[in-house]
Amino acid sequence: MDLNILWFILITILFAGFFLLEGFDYGVGMIAPLLGNDETERRLMLRTILPVWDGNEVWMITAGGALFAAFPHVYATMFSAFYMALFLLLCALIFRGAGLELRNRLDRESWHTFWDWSICFGSAVPAVLWGVAVTNLLAGLPINGHMLYIGRFIDLLTPYTLLGGITFLLLFTFHGTAFLTLRLDHSPLDQRLQTLGRRSGLAALLALAAYALMTVGKTDFLQHPLAVILLVLTALLFLGSWIAYWRQKIRPSFILSSLTIVMATAAIFAGLFPRIMVSNLQPEWSLTIYNAASSPYTLTVMSIAAACLVPVILLYQGWTYWIFRKRITEKDLEHY
Amino acid sequence: MDVLSLSRWQFAITTTYHFLFVPLTLGLSIFLALLETCYVKTQRPEWKKHCRGLIQFFSTIFLINFGMGIVTGIVQEFHFGMNWSEYSRFMGDIFGAPLALEALSAFFLESTFLGLWVFGWKRLSPKLHCACIWIVALASNLSAFWILVANSFMQHPVGYILRNGRAEMTDFFALITNPYAIFQFTHTLFACIATSGCLLLAICAYKVLQRGPAMAVFRQCLMGAAVFTVIGLLGAMGSGHLQAQYVAQVQPMKLAAMEALWESADPAPFTAVALIDTDKQENTFAIDVPNMLSFMVHNRPSGEVKGIKELQDLSVQQYGAGNYVPAVTGLFWSFRIMLAAGGILLLLALATVWMLRKEKNCPYLLWLLILSLPLPFIANTTGWFITEAGRQPWIVVGLQKTMEAFSPVLAPGEVLMTLVGYTLVYLFLALAALYAALRYIRKTPARLEDWRDA
Ligand code: HDD
Ligand code: HEM
Ligand code: HEM
Repeated sequence: MDLNILWFILITILFAGFFLLEGFDYGVGMIAPLLGNDETERRLMLRTILPVWDGNEVWMITAGGALFAAFPHVYATMFSAFYMALFLLLCALIFRGAGLELRNRLDRESWHTFWDWSICFGSAVPAVLWGVAVTNLLAGLPINGHMLYIGRFIDLLTPYTLLGGITFLLLFTFHGTAFLTLRLDHSPLDQRLQTLGRRSGLAALLALAAYALMTVGKTDFLQHPLAVILLVLTALLFLGSWIAYWRQKIRPSFILSSLTIVMATAAIFAGLFPRIMVSNLQPEWSLTIYNAASSPYTLTVMSIAAACLVPVILLYQGWTYWIFRKRITEKDLEHY
Repeated sequence: MDVLSLSRWQFAITTTYHFLFVPLTLGLSIFLALLETCYVKTQRPEWKKHCRGLIQFFSTIFLINFGMGIVTGIVQEFHFGMNWSEYSRFMGDIFGAPLALEALSAFFLESTFLGLWVFGWKRLSPKLHCACIWIVALASNLSAFWILVANSFMQHPVGYILRNGRAEMTDFFALITNPYAIFQFTHTLFACIATSGCLLLAICAYKVLQRGPAMAVFRQCLMGAAVFTVIGLLGAMGSGHLQAQYVAQVQPMKLAAMEALWESADPAPFTAVALIDTDKQENTFAIDVPNMLSFMVHNRPSGEVKGIKELQDLSVQQYGAGNYVPAVTGLFWSFRIMLAAGGILLLLALATVWMLRKEKNCPYLLWLLILSLPLPFIANTTGWFITEAGRQPWIVVGLQKTMEAFSPVLAPGEVLMTLVGYTLVYLFLALAALYAALRYIRKTPARLEDWRDA
């Protein structure tokens, strides 16, 4: 296996980790102001992600950095092509991050309300935008022979890509609901979470099925047998997660929805391989893991660094979740 | 305006804004780590309580600042691909590596252990808890190192070859031991210590003037903050001097522009103030200190320092026709503002040490400490202006020009929209964060005992 393939896999892993972890962060952020009836309930929900959200967001930052280091042409072409979309994404993330850090600093209702809705929109917008972005990669973009995107912002929005955005949104809502159900202890929210989990799970399931069918129809997915298998597995895992939630087996449900997200990411990247950005003008103008890569020397240096650092990161991030494994109750709100 | 100018404005505004928070994260994390070490080590219960209270107090300010650092940092991470795509293609090999390493080796540590530190008071043993803030401090400063390695390559490229129209890395070790990076990191680190020291001084001064029940504790803390600041300032001055000497070697044009030295001279005078006419390429009025510039560059009273005109001719010979002179007036004054700010702050910090040693109480001095708070931020910004504007027209010195680096697929309207967008969002954010921080500083703590033992 050459280093280019290794880095393709590593970037897949980074995006999978990002969607898995930020998936429930975004979910919780969206749910909190909608489901919480009073200050305590909202605070309780946000408290589940406060110690970890930044560590989770670093998965996205690292995915971006790794793309830059390993496939600079992809980083350059993609980020300038998605310019306006990324601007919206960044604004949303700014309001979300500021909200999470500033919300509890003042005791005033209007202050809380403002930041709660910032967090809500700041979580929903990225969820949709990432769905749209990833679907655009699959669908192909007008990229010319100089690796430059020659479309407009509006071209990025088609029924298919919007469906991708909605699917991500619903999936993350369910994922966040499962996370909250798991992390909150006998809270008055239990009943409402149950209802939301069942409904959003069903909606996500339907969206996922439609998305999978459309992906097979709209892209050259069928030429990648592995991708098709992973896609089918994704749907099955999610079905399992939803059924588990119905039966109040929350821990298995959350584990299965996590696996769904990982599997979905794997399916998408398997459908792209060995391309990362597909040109719909000329197949040979696509950016692949070879024509867009850094020099072998850089890839070697980065491989050694990643091999040393990634296991350590997994260890201490896992350890954090272990330290904070106790369910959250109202008592935990005191010291904030 | 065209995409290039708009992108430059946008980069300058967003990075400068990011760098308002960065120095406080770097310096305050060290200060908090020292404070918590005191808290863990000390045997005196009185001291322990004070340390704990101060940690609680300053950690809120630290966290507000940290949050701002995060959200503005993400914008920077995306910026290179969005607005400088041709730069990213050309430099990706070398530039992407430190950026990815920064995320892998520093951001993960920083963010994870900060979460543990903030929410782990009851779940971790005191020693382990203290270790968490030390890890945050080390990781933050490590992240600064990586990004400065990247920036230093743009100032002074090493360990690369040009192949297929791109700069490719050939020697990773040379990249991370780039002398430019070592000088830049040292200078930045000390500057950041000084900056956060000044913030601590201003806050403590305010709390002392406020005369709350915790006044005595803040007076004690004032001493610590003053010593911290003095160390930072002396370090920044010493390392700044060494850095200037290195700049004289590898970027003589930047040095000449900083000094508005049009003609080569031996011995060269240091110009304290001047009226600069960039069209005629001369200074219409100047106050000189004879031999001083030669002394600063060569450590002896004579020795040649090349002037702008001669360096322009040399650049034309080397790189072809073009204008290689950066913005002389801006650089000249920026440098003097940085030096003056450093000098004033050093006097104030020393005066504070003196005041505390003599057990005096000088409200004027305390007010001056508060009023001088903008100075370190001005020094940082002018410092970065020198570094960045001084390498123009190059984006990577000798390899790529700024005008070749922007994203060709963007329309001016799009960049204008994001430029205005970021500026407004950042302005709003600054007001919100400042409001929260100021209110917090004013209201807390009424009494030391009120600090919850969270
Ligand atoms: C000398 C120090 C320094 C400099 C020049 C920069 N940064 Fe920075 N950055 C930091 C020092 C730092 C830090 C101290 O590590 C921060 C500030 C507050 C914080 O949360 O971490 C940070 C945060 C931060 C984050 C968020 C990390 C997180 O979520 O935890 C990102 C993505 C970046 N930065 C990226 C950049 C980029 C792309 C820069 C280049 C223009 C840049 N920074 C300049
Ligand atoms: C955080 C501290 C920094 C500040 C305050 C800062 C400030 C500035 C300023 C004022 C400019 C505009 C110069 C001009 O147009 O004349 C600029 C440009 C630029 N800087 Fe920095 N800079 C910082 C760090 C960095 C770092 C760490 C990098 C790269 C790793 C970097 C890369 C660039 C690039 C790519 C440009 C745009 C091209 C240009 O106009 O020169 N800067 N910066
Ligand atoms: C008084 C003595 C000082 C000297 C001789 C000095 C010298 C310098 C020089 C020559 C540069 C430009 C380096 C380059 O172009 O790469 C610089 C940059 C800078 N200065 Fe200073 N400086 C001094 C004080 C300070 C103080 C007091 C602060 C802040 C509190 C400060 C903050 C900075 C920053 C943030 C930069 C940009 C980063 C860098 O290039 O290292 N400096 N300084």
